[in-house]
Amino acid sequence: MSTVVGLTVRGLLGRRRSLLLVVLPVLLLVLAGLTRWASEGSVAASASLTGGFAMGTLLPLMCLLIGTGVIGPEIDDGSIVYLLAKPLPRRTILLAKLGVGLVATVVFAVLPVMASAAIAGDEGLKLTAAYGLATLLAGIAYTTVFVALSVLTRNAVIIGLLYALLWETVLGGFVPGIRAVSVRQWALAPAEALLGDNAKAWGVESAVSVPVGLSLLAVLVVGATWLAIRRLQTLRLVTAD
Amino acid sequence: MTTIVLESVSRWYGNVVAVNDVSITVGPGITGLLGPNGAGKSTLISMMGGFLAPSTGTVTLDGGPVWRNPEIYRTIGLVPEPEAMYDMVTGQQFLLANARLHGLADAGAAARRALEAVDMVEPSDRPIATYSKGMKQRIKMATALVHDPSVLLLDEPFNGMDPRQRLHLMDLLTRLASEGRTVLFSSHILEEVEQIAGTIEVLVAGRHAASGDYRRIRRLMTERPHQYTITSSDDRRLAGALVAAGAADGVTVGAGALAVQTSDWGRFVHALPRVAREAGVRLLEVSPADESLESVFAYLVAR
Repeated sequence: MSTVVGLTVRGLLGRRRSLLLVVLPVLLLVLAGLTRWASEGSVAASASLTGGFAMGTLLPLMCLLIGTGVIGPEIDDGSIVYLLAKPLPRRTILLAKLGVGLVATVVFAVLPVMASAAIAGDEGLKLTAAYGLATLLAGIAYTTVFVALSVLTRNAVIIGLLYALLWETVLGGFVPGIRAVSVRQWALAPAEALLGDNAKAWGVESAVSVPVGLSLLAVLVVGATWLAIRRLQTLRLVTAD
Repeated sequence: MTTIVLESVSRWYGNVVAVNDVSITVGPGITGLLGPNGAGKSTLISMMGGFLAPSTGTVTLDGGPVWRNPEIYRTIGLVPEPEAMYDMVTGQQFLLANARLHGLADAGAAARRALEAVDMVEPSDRPIATYSKGMKQRIKMATALVHDPSVLLLDEPFNGMDPRQRLHLMDLLTRLASEGRTVLFSSHILEEVEQIAGTIEVLVAGRHAASGDYRRIRRLMTERPHQYTITSSDDRRLAGALVAAGAADGVTVGAGALAVQTSDWGRFVHALPRVAREAGVRLLEVSPADESLESVFAYLVAR
């Protein structure tokens, strides 16, 4: 397991696109600084930056980069064969890679979002904690889904991008029917509950209740993981000869 | 002693048949899987290596299934065809990782032994990205050997190797086979296969076209009817003379050329200039019509 983790970490951080994993969070922190300066630390402005750009756009993109980076490139170029041709349960391989993806999600996405909320303006770190919880839950769901997508299809990046940008960001933000089936809304439910009376004032609102949000997230994460393991167990590896 | 048995194995993708009802038993020693490009060799090796389920038929390793059974990789060493590896690590780190993934007790020693076997100890502290094609091929070979497997499956292992590396690998495979291992490799070059393979399995267009030792395969390939296309100053006269001399089995006079068929090309090649001179016909062009490897294989299938 540790060997798979080691190779995955090197693969994820060793590629050029891993620069984006640093550049995007830095961009968010710069925006947070500007927001604080422009709105003089207003919590509502901070909540709008964190809930809109940070959680709505940056988080799914970061998870897409990470989720499609931990296993997809190896399947594309065929080098996954060196992991698969070993007396290891495929489940172990997938879970190790997913684990790397989830830790990377916390480091490169969840922590920067929390920092940005704290920098842009907060009241006793309430907003930071609420969005920390929401982005952690959403990040786990996004990354797991994107890892599963990379095992299921060679077009994971395109499909993931369309899903992240169109479904989660645009439609999930505005179209009421879709809002209820959006990872973002599910993850916001516990954040809304955590903020209590402040939630409405700061615009942290979810379209679903806490139990519904949490159970849907759980179903999604477990389902995506199960599907990815199943698919990796029967992954076809053949070159055209 | 490990044996891979394929029984009536077929594999299709949509409505394209890649492997068609193949039954082969691969035992200890070197087996060469010979066939032109696109014959289904990689598909067959993928199925033997547990990376593809047969559409029908069964593939077993010493009686056990290979599909969805990662335990087979304790016995099988695999040299895949794609060149991609974990480019950012060094050869040594990659071998060590492979040894650890196998759960070997002394992974360091196993990695070193495998690097020695392929003569890659010295460049092994450089990243794989800096290796030449031949060096990558040897590292791939080392990863397949790291757990001392009793079966080796190699997909086009000689591709991209220079003559010296080719000889080195041939020696290595011969040595591994002499230790009682089961070695199977694919190639589209007969000379490569017949040099080291005790048994040759010929695959053409997904079908198992022939099987045997290299003498038998060689004979099948040279004793087939040969086709020649000839243009001359007087095609009809030459055709008559060739038939009269018994140098050809069949002659067709076509538009501006003769198509000649012979089952004994040695006799034909010697007789042709003599027959032409005696008949007073000038030969303008003589060319074998079907000397491509594909047509040789196609003959074996049609036979």
